[in-house]
Amino acid sequence: MNIIVTIKQVPDAANVRINPETKTLVREGVESMMNPLDAYALEEAVRLKEKLGGKVTVVCMGPPMAEAVLREAISLGADEAVLLSDRAVAGSDTLATSYALSQTISKLGGYDLILGGKQAIDGDTAQVGPGIAVNLDIPQVTCVRKVRECADGKMVVERMTEEGYDVVEVTLPAVVTVVKEINEPRIASLKGKMAAKRAQIKVMTAADIEADLTRLGLKGSPTNVVEIFSPDARQGGVKIEGAPEEQAKSLVTALKEAQLL
Amino acid sequence: MNYFLTETEQMIKDTAREVAQKYIKPVAAEYDEKNEFAWDVQEKIAEAGLCGVYIPETYGGICPEGQMGIMNLVVAVEELSKVCGGISLGLAATALGTIPLILFGNEEQKQKYLPAIAAGEKLAAFALTEACAGSNAGGIQTTARKEGDYYILNGTKQWITNGNVAEMYTVIAMTDKTRGARGATAFLVDKGTPGFSFGKKENKMGIRASSTYELVFEDCKIPASAILGKEGHGFLSAMKTFDMSRPGVAAQALGIAAGALEDAVDYARTREQFGKPVISNQGLRFLLADMAMKVETARAMVYATARSIDSGDRNCSKESAIAKCYASDVAMQVTTDAVQVFGGYGYMKEYPMEKRMRDAKITQIYEGTNQIQREVIGQCLIKEAAAKK
Repeated sequence: MNIIVTIKQVPDAANVRINPETKTLVREGVESMMNPLDAYALEEAVRLKEKLGGKVTVVCMGPPMAEAVLREAISLGADEAVLLSDRAVAGSDTLATSYALSQTISKLGGYDLILGGKQAIDGDTAQVGPGIAVNLDIPQVTCVRKVRECADGKMVVERMTEEGYDVVEVTLPAVVTVVKEINEPRIASLKGKMAAKRAQIKVMTAADIEADLTRLGLKGSPTNVVEIFSPDARQGGVKIEGAPEEQAKSLVTALKEAQLL
Repeated sequence: MNYFLTETEQMIKDTAREVAQKYIKPVAAEYDEKNEFAWDVQEKIAEAGLCGVYIPETYGGICPEGQMGIMNLVVAVEELSKVCGGISLGLAATALGTIPLILFGNEEQKQKYLPAIAAGEKLAAFALTEACAGSNAGGIQTTARKEGDYYILNGTKQWITNGNVAEMYTVIAMTDKTRGARGATAFLVDKGTPGFSFGKKENKMGIRASSTYELVFEDCKIPASAILGKEGHGFLSAMKTFDMSRPGVAAQALGIAAGALEDAVDYARTREQFGKPVISNQGLRFLLADMAMKVETARAMVYATARSIDSGDRNCSKESAIAKCYASDVAMQVTTDAVQVFGGYGYMKEYPMEKRMRDAKITQIYEGTNQIQREVIGQCLIKEAAAKK
């Protein structure tokens, strides 16, 4: 079972700020980390490999510094790592990113399954996984919370919904995106950390993946961000206390004052 | 302070810290209360790769061939013990049982046990102490009678850490009582060997998340191939083992003390009395300063001893005894003071401080009481002085 896991390097969620002028995330001076949901995808991939054999390749698109998350992925059990890094992909939206990643994955070839987090915590779009599936013309299941079975070129998974979950059978190769309910990621082992230190990270360029340059970067990104802002912090509610009768009275008074009654 | 940890040592430290914070901290009080071995945590310690830090690469560990990994063991045990000085013994007491195998085992014995121990699939234990033979280890009564290609073990070992949970036991027994200490032999005994059973489970004051049992041997038949080193060398093996394993106990004590200090400082900064944090009182700051001095000097001694052993020093009885004795005395003093810093809360089981005080006490007692350590140090001083003439 050869599994590809797509990984994104994101700014540490706790410290994200937005530049009101450019409407982009302020990345300077903010620590980077592996997108949390991708860590769950990686863990699931490593568990499947441990059970079924094969290898796990992590793929990331980003600047040279994104190598750090690929090394981290190796410390957590990935076997190989590929970084797509090229000025031509800078500024790519989800459409261009999906295209670039699917070209990279096609070049690597020989995959049975592509796993990724449901979404990244910086953009929050949840579009890249499905985008890759469309580009590669393979099936997709999103929001997966459990892999029930994986055998004979098929997988049975549980897809989380608002009400519960659906059980979905999908033929491989497929794209599967996961939610955090799927597992509890391990911590990096000592041997993993040592392997990560020694690992060769394969770097690919737009030329290496034979990409159509008009579909990459700002040129290939039709998305236009009109406005971006931090929502106001939610105000705390009012707690009405006392005996039930008093509570009812207070509530009615409050609603009348607010001219809602 | 910069102790110039190697990249590997730093990785071990970071990994052990992560394991301790993520897996030990939430359950330490529970296992202490239940007086139960923390198998689920032990599995995490194994998965993190910490069980092989002192074992040679050839056998699945990470130490370059021919080099001891005592410093690796020390940093791992220290970090785990900062959070629980009981759970850390799954690793530390296994090291005590395994070091004689690394030092004196033949190739076949090493191949048989070390890879599984390095992977954390098997734990080990060291069995010397008996009811009537504690500090006087030469007085052991357990016998191993030779019968053809076998030895028949009879006797009872007491207070054996990792008893019942270990798969491999390094057992010291008398093969020739007439020869005194030179009549003792070390054997590698597998759990499950007919005639080998577990007696009483001990109900201890501290380190309650570690498993302490009596080992009972009743006509237990052991092949001669299970002798570790040579017949009659058992006592010598034990003493050489202690020289290398005592930094491990010292690291446990150091970790307990360092963890207590960390928590005490945090508490003193947040606990308010008379309208200000209690740390703003000089009396308390001085107390914390004294604790810090003790912890840091203990760490310096333990690390220096471990490094000396790893660099090939095989004449380290005095330093090992100093490290063990000093660090454990420090652990007792610092945890007692840390309870004082916490005041009434320190005395309560809801806070992790009283447990540290209970856990610390054993480090002054086992692997040679601190009185025996002082005796070892004193004897070394005499030898050194005599050698000068």
